[in-house]
Amino acid sequence: MLRFIAGRLVLTIPVLFGVSVIVFLLAHLAPGDVTTILAGPFATEVVKEKLRISFGLDQALPVQYIKWLGHILQGDFGTSIANRRDVADLVFPKFVNTAILALSSALLAYIIGFFAGIFAAARPYSFSDRIVMGVTLMLGNAPPYWLGLLIVLLISLNWRLLPATGMTNIMGGGGAWDVFLHLIQPMLTTAAAPACIVARIVRASMLEILSQNYVRVARAKGIRRSLILRRHALRNALPPIVTICGLQLGYLLGGVLFVEVIFAWPGIGNQLWQAIQARDIPTIQGATLVIALAFVVVNLAVDAINAYLDPKIRASERAGAS
Amino acid sequence: MRFHLRILKLAWYAYAKDNAALGALIFLAIIVLISLLAPLISPYDPAAAVADIAAQPGSEGVILGADVDGRDILSRLFWGGRIALLVGIAPTVAATLFSLVLGLAAGYIGGWFDQIVMRIVDVVFAFPLVLLAIVIAGVLEPGVWTVILAISIALMPYIARLVRTTTMNVKQQPYVEAARAGGAGGLAIVLRYILPNMIPPVLIFATTLIGLMMVVGSGLSFLGLGIQPPDADWGIMVAEGRGVLRKAPHITIFPGVVIVLVALSFNFIGDGLRDALDPRRRSR
Repeated sequence: MLRFIAGRLVLTIPVLFGVSVIVFLLAHLAPGDVTTILAGPFATEVVKEKLRISFGLDQALPVQYIKWLGHILQGDFGTSIANRRDVADLVFPKFVNTAILALSSALLAYIIGFFAGIFAAARPYSFSDRIVMGVTLMLGNAPPYWLGLLIVLLISLNWRLLPATGMTNIMGGGGAWDVFLHLIQPMLTTAAAPACIVARIVRASMLEILSQNYVRVARAKGIRRSLILRRHALRNALPPIVTICGLQLGYLLGGVLFVEVIFAWPGIGNQLWQAIQARDIPTIQGATLVIALAFVVVNLAVDAINAYLDPKIRASERAGAS
Repeated sequence: MRFHLRILKLAWYAYAKDNAALGALIFLAIIVLISLLAPLISPYDPAAAVADIAAQPGSEGVILGADVDGRDILSRLFWGGRIALLVGIAPTVAATLFSLVLGLAAGYIGGWFDQIVMRIVDVVFAFPLVLLAIVIAGVLEPGVWTVILAISIALMPYIARLVRTTTMNVKQQPYVEAARAGGAGGLAIVLRYILPNMIPPVLIFATTLIGLMMVVGSGLSFLGLGIQPPDADWGIMVAEGRGVLRKAPHITIFPGVVIVLVALSFNFIGDGLRDALDPRRRSR
């Protein structure tokens, strides 16, 4: 197991290197001159040239990259063009907020998806199964930004139950209850699509197991239905479900970007969007790097969990070790 | 040739048996037709104010109501279909063609070439698709071609991986070995034996992706990174209704419903193709 994780970690290093190259090149993909953004449209060439030298933009690209990477590795993400703050100070606290939203949404999606899937699998092709599967299909294909607006329309505007936006600082003011109130709607929006996908995979893998002979035997022996579902079916259906759950956590990091903008959630996606509006390249780079890093870590963790759960990988490990 | 026709016929029978897939195909054909004929059948100019601001559905000749600028929503939906289909289909086709060449070459040649190509694919894969699309579109000048380019790049690694794995599998089949023993060259093997086996899985995957990419593309426009107003795009239409969500929810709701239905129909078509192109499923 440890050997598997170590092997995966080694493979991650070149990927991270490539990620840093892409993030670095983003700055050079942008049309127009960075110095124009910094110094304003009326700056003279002399001022721009001075800026270029002070930012090292007059050097060759590889040299610029190595210097940039050196700073990044020391935790220096540069200074935001839009508000002259350290990008690291700007981005990391925001990432915590994103993690709160993403993890709570994932948890909610797993719980809803799990129960909806089992509910449907327990009564296949019935009316309620069709309803559940129809709803999951619709919600699973809905654009997250649109779904968010519908949820705001229902819960905040029509029923006036919750605040729609206004989450500015998680640490200040209202405390945990206030955070929770502001969390509900973005959480529901973010969780919708993954919940649907989890529900469908839970149902599909449960149905497959339920058609196996040993389940028929258990039924013939007169074992209670709920016990069969729990002991015989669920346990064996678990590996593909865990894989999909892990994948969804990664996808969620993408979907959450839209949700943060709609609900003005002070997360890294919202920060990225504001940086894009302001053409604030260092912040765009910092935010992109942090999200990509989180994505790589999540995928690594999912691989490790899958390897742990999959007896085939464990067996090949043992064979390789002996 | 007759043999191929028979296979196509069988596949079509299997496809037509699936009600959802058939319904989705008909629905999509109608959407395509409406989008193509938008200039002829739109009741109004999509950019012209023709009714009261945020007029309710059914009032004074505007069936689906008017938006915040008094423009006819139905006409804008018709015109928006052109952009939505373009933004869904063009990047998927571009990424598929590019990935086919790349994945076939990597899988067939193997060795260091495969290693280099797949490591580059891994790097692009290390970004969440939506993030990469947002960032590329955000850094470039907004516009329809930016959206297409951004999504194509972000989508490429997903298809390239599928193509490469399939190539590796087919390459080891006895009939490929037999062809090689019979003196067939590398290019002939790729074109005659590997590529035809590639078409079903890639076609199924790409069809399902079109719907997803439409959702992503409309999302980019929603964020202001894609199509720019006053052009009619379903994502922009949703965004434009945000300010009057309580008074005129129809402005936001209608384009979203259309996006869901069209994305869903690509999904159904993908499922139908899967059943139709797989002989084992077909025989059942």
